[in-house]
Amino acid sequence: MSSIEAVKLTKRFGSFEAVSELSLKIEGAKCVGFLGPNGAGKTTTLKMFTDLIRPSSGEALINGVNVHLNKKAALSSVAALIETPEIYPSLTPREALTMICEIRGVPAEERGKRVEESVSEVHMEEWMDKRVGKFSKGMKQRICIASTLLSNPSILLLDEPTTGLDPRGMSEVRDIVKCLKGKKRLIFMSSHILSEVSDVCDEVAMIDHGKLIVYDTISNVTSKFSGGQNMVQVGLARSIDTRLVNANISSLPGVVSAEQKDDKTLAIRFSGGIDVQERILSDLIALNIGVISYRPSSSELEDVYLKLIKDTL
Amino acid sequence: MTEKEDISRNNVPTSMKQVGITMKYTFLDYFRSRRFLILLIITLLISALLTIIVAWRRPDSFLTSNLGFYNSWWGNSVTFVIILSGIFFGGDAISGEFQNKTGYFGIPNPIRRSSIYVGKWLSAFIAATAILAVFTVITVGNGLYYFGASGVPYQFGESLLFAWFYLAAVLGFTFFFSSMFKSSSMSILVTVILFLFGFTLIQTLVADLVQIEPWFILTYGAGVIGNVLSAQFPAHSVVVTQHFGPRTITLTTFNATIPEGLAIIGIYFVITAVLGLILFERKEFT
Repeated sequence: MSSIEAVKLTKRFGSFEAVSELSLKIEGAKCVGFLGPNGAGKTTTLKMFTDLIRPSSGEALINGVNVHLNKKAALSSVAALIETPEIYPSLTPREALTMICEIRGVPAEERGKRVEESVSEVHMEEWMDKRVGKFSKGMKQRICIASTLLSNPSILLLDEPTTGLDPRGMSEVRDIVKCLKGKKRLIFMSSHILSEVSDVCDEVAMIDHGKLIVYDTISNVTSKFSGGQNMVQVGLARSIDTRLVNANISSLPGVVSAEQKDDKTLAIRFSGGIDVQERILSDLIALNIGVISYRPSSSELEDVYLKLIKDTL
Repeated sequence: MTEKEDISRNNVPTSMKQVGITMKYTFLDYFRSRRFLILLIITLLISALLTIIVAWRRPDSFLTSNLGFYNSWWGNSVTFVIILSGIFFGGDAISGEFQNKTGYFGIPNPIRRSSIYVGKWLSAFIAATAILAVFTVITVGNGLYYFGASGVPYQFGESLLFAWFYLAAVLGFTFFFSSMFKSSSMSILVTVILFLFGFTLIQTLVADLVQIEPWFILTYGAGVIGNVLSAQFPAHSVVVTQHFGPRTITLTTFNATIPEGLAIIGIYFVITAVLGLILFERKEFT
C-alpha cells in the first residue's frame, strides 16, 4: 500500500520554524487536500518530501523509505509538481518529457506513447515539438502536469497544481486528478481553493504555523467542527417552491435545516454521516423535485477552515 | 495490463546512466541556445581578425617560424576563448537551476543531485570543446597555409592537450562559483571579474611587487599553454632590474614549469569540482 509519512518533520530557517514537528501518515489510494494559509508550511513540507530542501530534524518517508537517505528509492514511485517549474527553454515538450521518462526508467519502447498520451491529457498536442521557451506560464504548467503522468506513479505530490492555469485548465487538472484517483493513486495536493479540495479530495490535512491542526475525511472534519452537522448543496433542474422546502425538505429525517440559495439551489444542513447523507438523497429524489447534483458544500469546508485557522492565530 | 503492473514496470536507471541522460538533454539545450551561437560568433570573429591581420600585416612574430606562428596565434588567444567558454557555459549552470526554477523540474525525480551536476558539467565541457575545436581548426588551417602540413609542431599537440585540461579546470571553477549563488547574474559577474581581471591583478601584484611565485593562481598554471610553444621554454623565474632615476626597481617574472602548471590546473579542477558538488548537494530550493 502506498504511503507518505512525516515523522516529527521540522524545518527551521534561522530562528523561524516553518514546519514544526509535523507528524502525519497518509496511506492507501485516496486524494488528500493539504490546506493552510500562506506561509503555513505546505510548500516547505512538500519540498522536504521531494529533496528540494532538507529537514532540520525528523523524517520524510515515502513507502517507508527516507527521502533524504535514499532519494532514488523513495522517489521512484512518486511524481511531484512543486511550485511552477521551468523547463530548459531550448527543449520541446517531447524532448523534456522524454528526458523525464528516461530518468524514471520508462522502457524505451513505451516512451513515445507515454509522452504523447500525457501531452494529449493536458491538450498540448499542437505544441509537442515547439520550444518551451516560447510558452506562456499556463502552457508550461500543463507540460509540468503532463510530466507527472509519464511514469504512472503510485503517489502524486502536487503543490497548488492549478496555479497559473485559466479556468478551463483548472477544470481539466481537476478532471485529471479525479481520473488518477480512480486509478488507485495516493494524491497529496496542496491548494488554496477550497471548492477544488471539496470537489476532488477525500480527506484534508490542515496546517498552520507549521503545525498540523487536523487530518481526517472531509465529512468528519466538517461535522466535527460544525457541531456534528454537515452540509450538502443540491442542484435542481427546475425552480422549487419555498413552501415545499419549508414543509417537506426541512422535515426529512436527519435534516437540521434547508435553505434556498437561489430558486434552483438548496443548501441542506444535516446531522450524521455518509449513511444519513445517502438517505437524504434518496428522499429528495422521491420528492421528484428534479435533483441534478448533490455534493458536499464547499462553503462548509470553508467555514471550518476559517474557524480552525482563526483559532490558531 | 492492470495499473498496478504498469506502476511496477519502471526500473530507475543507475546514477551513471542518469548522468548520460542529463548530459544529453542539457547539451541539446546548450547547443540550441543563443549563448552558444554568440560564443561561436565571438570565436569566429577572433579567428577572422587574426587571419586578416596576419594576411595583411604579415607580422614577423607570426611568420618567422612555425613555432612562433602557433605561439603568437594560439598561445595568446586560446586561454581567452577558454575563459569565455567557461563563463558562457558554466557561469550560471547551477545558479540558473535555482533562479530559473529549472531545478524544480528535474530534482523531484529519482535522480541524485550529483548526477545532475556531473551531467551538466559534461554537457558544458562538450559544448565548450566544440567551440575550442572551431578555434583549433581555424588556427591549424592558417598554420597549414603558411607552413604546410609538416609545419605543425608537436608542441602544438601538447599545448592543445594542456588547453583542453585547462578548459576542464575553468569549467570546474565556474561550476563551483555557480553553486555558491542562487542568482545567475551574480555568479556570472563574479566569474567574469575573477577570470578577466581578478586573477591577472593578483598574479601581477604577488609576482612583480611582493616577488612571490603565484602558484595558487589558476591562470598562472595556464601559462604552460603558451610557453610550451616557445622555442625555448622560459626560465622559472626571471629577475629584471630597472632604474628610474636614482631609484632601482627589481621585477621578478615567474613562469610555471610544465609539471607545476599541470599540477595547478589539476588541483584546481579536483578541488573546485568536489566543492561545487558538495555545495549543490547542500543547497536548498527555498
